[in-house]
Amino acid sequence: MKKAIITGAYDTDVGELHGSSCMGLHAEAALGAITDAGLNKADIDGVLCAYSFTEPHLMLSSVFCEYMNIQPKFNAAIEVGGATACVMVMQAAALVESGMCRNVLVVTGDNRLTGMPKGGAVATLAKVGHAQYEHPYGMSVPAAYALVANHYMNEYGTTSEQLASISVSAREHAIRNTKAHRRTPITIEDVLNSRMIASPLHVLDCCLISDGGAAIIVSAGETGADAAKKPIEILGTGQGHTHEHIMAAPSLSDFGCKHAAHTAFGRAGITAKDVDVAEIYDSFTITLLMELESIGFFERGEAGPACLSGALKLDGQLPCNTHGGLMSYGHSGAAGGMFHVVEAVRQLRHEAEGRQVKDSEIAFVHGDGGILSAHCSLVFGRT
Amino acid sequence: MTEKPIPVPNPDSVEFWKACNEEKFLIQTCNSCGKNQFYPRAICKHCHGSDLDWQPASGRGKVKTFTVVNHAPSPAFKEDLPYVLALIDLEEGVRAMMNVIGCDVVDVHIGMDIELTFEARGDQKIPQAKAI
Ligand SMILES: [Zn+2]
Repeated sequence: MKKAIITGAYDTDVGELHGSSCMGLHAEAALGAITDAGLNKADIDGVLCAYSFTEPHLMLSSVFCEYMNIQPKFNAAIEVGGATACVMVMQAAALVESGMCRNVLVVTGDNRLTGMPKGGAVATLAKVGHAQYEHPYGMSVPAAYALVANHYMNEYGTTSEQLASISVSAREHAIRNTKAHRRTPITIEDVLNSRMIASPLHVLDCCLISDGGAAIIVSAGETGADAAKKPIEILGTGQGHTHEHIMAAPSLSDFGCKHAAHTAFGRAGITAKDVDVAEIYDSFTITLLMELESIGFFERGEAGPACLSGALKLDGQLPCNTHGGLMSYGHSGAAGGMFHVVEAVRQLRHEAEGRQVKDSEIAFVHGDGGILSAHCSLVFGRT
Repeated sequence: MTEKPIPVPNPDSVEFWKACNEEKFLIQTCNSCGKNQFYPRAICKHCHGSDLDWQPASGRGKVKTFTVVNHAPSPAFKEDLPYVLALIDLEEGVRAMMNVIGCDVVDVHIGMDIELTFEARGDQKIPQAKAI
């Protein structure tokens, strides 16, 4: 069996896109990815969609196929919060490796910034909390992550300055990326002086709310010789799941990212040290810091000082979220995670222009859904 | 919607919420493996047995972790800002989410002792953590 490859990748504009719609963004992203792969609509025999806040539907993938007038032989929607994009890629790889499909379109998009009333996305997101045992206490998603942040800082000595440096590194990358939603330079002081959302997380410790869409094509390895662009191999995938609600998490220090990454590294036959560029889910600064330590890129308590001294920058020890991540590039629901996937493909194709990590051969992508609840890791290789 | 959420009991939780209205916090104990669990379920999460009993909590616990919320998830919580959201470890070994009330938000800390109290939410009382 040849490993699955990524043959096409595309992301739409991101930010405040007046006139955009959920399905319109899906269509643009899908067509872009199909064109990028040098394929035709008829070549797509599998479709995976995620979810939408502005056009929620029980059967989003069927709605999408109808909108596009395509009739794939495999079609399903996947919902695992922020882990969805990575889980979709993992599922698409399994579909082509099993012989079930040849070219799977993995597509995401939402207009949650302009398509909802102010505060709408925040209120909808808060529904990941438990209706009976969490909602009545005014839990928001940032507040739930803040519970983890406070615990982690108390336990391992992580500081607010260290967390802020993660946001600053992301912004520095976004400044090099003309497509990014937020490109105004910021300093650690700016982050620390920004409005407190839920202590210790300031507004600049939090991801954006953006409109946008992104898609990739996952193809059978055998098709690689005919690919329009350099195929990117999916070397390894893995998942880890410990809970849904933060009140029920078995640990507040170790989450499913540890197991997800361990499995993906094992299947790829590599270790964390072999990774040239990492695109890791960064819904909040604490999310990324914890994942960096839990996955094993840094020892416990060492990611903070490393981030503060520039480890995540393009020339650092672990260039991370090179497009700007969820805090500066943009966050459009499931597309937010897909932006990480598309950026990893660009980095490995050496197409990342002003933010290219030199000679990158191996990329790591990670998604986190819920309150550090559902995790999926991917390892990609330049063929 | 300007009202704060009121828990809607289901068959798993109806006993729990009924007891809350009598200002008792019930924990499920498994007669097969002897372990406790919160939140209430139709089965034991440890051994998947279904012979479960209810036992009232002592009411004593500690703050495992907390945050001071400055941005409300919905308009209903705006008037309470800033408020403390916390995970509370009860001495019976179960964890629940509550607000810490009865003290200044700056005085809340990890490891702080609390006692259970109950807050009326419409016709339903919900458990809360009160600073001792
Ligand atoms: Zn049991």
